[in-house]
Amino acid sequence: MDRQLLSGDEAVALAALHAGVALGTGYPGTPSTEILEAFSALGGRAQWAPNEKVALEVGLGAAFGNARALVTMKHVGLNVAADPLFTAAYTGVSAALIVVTADDPGMASSQNEQDNRRYAVAAGLPMIEPSDSQEAYDFFFTAVEISERWKIPVLFRMTTRVCHSKSVVGAGSDGPAAASAIGSSPVPHFERDISGRVMIPANARPAHRRLRAKLAEIAAWGETSPLNRVEAGDRRLGIAASGVAYLHAAEAAPGAGFLKIGLVNPLPIELARTFAAGVERCVVVEEGDPVIADALRAAGIAVESKLEMYRFGELDVARVRRILAGDTTPEDPPARGRPPELCPACPYHTVYATLRKHDCIAAGDIGCYTLGVLPPYEAMDTCVAMGASIGVGLGLRHVLPPDEARRVVSVIGDSTFVHSGISGLVEMAYNPPPTGHVVLILDNGTTAMTGQQEHPGTGRTLDHAPTGKLSIEGLAKAIGIGSVTVIDPYADPDGFERLLLERLAASDLSVIVARRPCILAAADIRQWDQQADRLRAEHEARLGGHDFGGHTALADQADVCAIVDEP
Amino acid sequence: MRHRGRAMKTITNVVLAGLGGQGVIKASDILADAALRAGLDVKKAEVHGMSQRGGSVTSDVRFGGRVLSPMVPRGEADFLVVLAPSEVAVTLPLLRTGGVLLSPDLVPDGALPNKRSLNVALLGALSHYIDLPSEAWLDAMKAALPERLQAVNEKAFALGRKLAAEGVTIS
Ligand SMILES: Cc1ncc(C[n+]2csc(CCOP(=O)(O)OP(=O)(O)O)c2C)c(N)n1
Ligand code: SF4
Repeated sequence: MDRQLLSGDEAVALAALHAGVALGTGYPGTPSTEILEAFSALGGRAQWAPNEKVALEVGLGAAFGNARALVTMKHVGLNVAADPLFTAAYTGVSAALIVVTADDPGMASSQNEQDNRRYAVAAGLPMIEPSDSQEAYDFFFTAVEISERWKIPVLFRMTTRVCHSKSVVGAGSDGPAAASAIGSSPVPHFERDISGRVMIPANARPAHRRLRAKLAEIAAWGETSPLNRVEAGDRRLGIAASGVAYLHAAEAAPGAGFLKIGLVNPLPIELARTFAAGVERCVVVEEGDPVIADALRAAGIAVESKLEMYRFGELDVARVRRILAGDTTPEDPPARGRPPELCPACPYHTVYATLRKHDCIAAGDIGCYTLGVLPPYEAMDTCVAMGASIGVGLGLRHVLPPDEARRVVSVIGDSTFVHSGISGLVEMAYNPPPTGHVVLILDNGTTAMTGQQEHPGTGRTLDHAPTGKLSIEGLAKAIGIGSVTVIDPYADPDGFERLLLERLAASDLSVIVARRPCILAAADIRQWDQQADRLRAEHEARLGGHDFGGHTALADQADVCAIVDEP
Repeated sequence: MRHRGRAMKTITNVVLAGLGGQGVIKASDILADAALRAGLDVKKAEVHGMSQRGGSVTSDVRFGGRVLSPMVPRGEADFLVVLAPSEVAVTLPLLRTGGVLLSPDLVPDGALPNKRSLNVALLGALSHYIDLPSEAWLDAMKAALPERLQAVNEKAFALGRKLAAEGVTIS
């Protein structure tokens, strides 16, 4: 294989292609998004799911059907997918199921810095962690090997620096030859296995025991697996490390001995015991929570953990030097340049100006539109998790005195609405607050925050080909929301303001779809639409008038009081 | 066992900085690719995310014998290439004592036919200081830029290189 400079995300995509992954699915989220985009560009079959739970379920189904599957998400995505994840550990799989979780220590682009190594322990799943792109490539094959040998889903943990840093792949690697070690792609077929796949208690009890037995075998295998390795060094200092922290540590302490851990669950406990016994001082260098240090200490191995102050933020060479020196003096704050802001011609400006002008209490959500929290608007009052705006807004409406309750608006983006806002809207119709409620869906025709991905509401697939299009307004009406209005807030700011005030004054349930394309995506969207129209026309000419991939049954545009002004 | 200590001494550390949309990432792609083409080990790190919304962007490129951490340690950059004057002050602590700052001041107003090629002009200036073969630079630019922007960027690169050679740097 030629030497290539690849990001960790690209390396995973290339490995997935070489490993014969039949289906890649996921939901966008920094820093994981580029994996499926690259997999698709390389010719792999990749698709966006409406959210991570659905993605994992689709991947699981594929793996039940004896096809290799890859599922990608950012760390918080695994919270959404956790329900199927924990029981998929019991059912196991027929062909490989690799679940990438991309953690974000330091929160470069996330709402928290949870450490998903905890999920591996909690769900009882093997977890592999690469340090750079070459390892991301190589370890992917080992992940497939483990998954198929033990018929178990494998978590593949990456972090922002591993996902987005570029490093050389291919030097000294046998490339596609590595794929031969895992055999060619299995042939998809269905094999009935009711006791193994239907997790009623009578089946789940033995399944749990099976899972633990598999883990014990994997732990024994891991003791000598090349995923973990010892690098001899000065006996005075031994460092146990995984992920990018290993690279920082190798630079900070070039003479030290190393236990480089690539299988972070189950940990190579006996290897670590021998390693620690062979050095005078053994320090665990890890980003985030002291997961490895706690586990080794629980096993009675004398290791030092980093100090509490290094739980926060990402590590770098300088911070690792401080950890090794036990330095507790205050750290220089990291250089913080100019924060991002809404693009000058972003359609959200008028929305936030209006919310601000009328002192709305905005239960917000996550996306580009979260930038409305920054000056000059400061027009967002809560932002917790994707989809939370609707539930949080309803909770506020339920308890606040009526004059305050009437100021509450839930503000949510289109991709976020499809991801996890729909059930909030069902809750609104089911348990309406006494003052009613207003949900403002900011439909900019794309998932702007993560770099303009498609979603079910755009009517285009991951690679921008036309497909079924979810009608947000049609869905809202079907759920039973009395007032559903579509408006372009940019073209008609006064109309938008009037509408919002009218809906806030009413006591029924309202959905306002503020529809105007993201300025950065608008040109592309126009081009894809034209292409889709062309394809549709060609197709109709061939088939004689049959619609394909058109609007869903819910789309009933004419029925909705539309004040749309197409740009 | 690997000889990490020895490998590290041969590493060149470059930090590129600017605002979203200025082509910081593009410039660091070209630099990293040029080093790759020169047969060196290379790593490149940046934080993506909301960079298209005008926020600060920095990208670290490290190359040489064997690169470990993908990030340039604070205060250890040999070169700091800054595309936006407003970003100089915040990024200056990244530069080591005696390191070289390349900022837009290097390129006189109006010297560039297209201001958008400032990123490549400053790469040209950088090329004066670091030892990478000129074919590696040219091939990297060809690979990273569309055909129609080739000529204007090659001019910008040559201009930056000439200005640096004439010693107009203020560091
Ligand atoms: C569970 C979860 N998955 C993914 C993300 C990453 N993420 C944050 S907001 C967002 C979608 C934003 O799209 P949209 O709602 O359309 O708003 P826009 O950015 O276009 O304004 C994504 C994918 C996340 N924060 N949490
Ligand atoms: S990227 Fe699009 S949605 Fe985000 S701020 Fe810019 S115009 Fe608005």
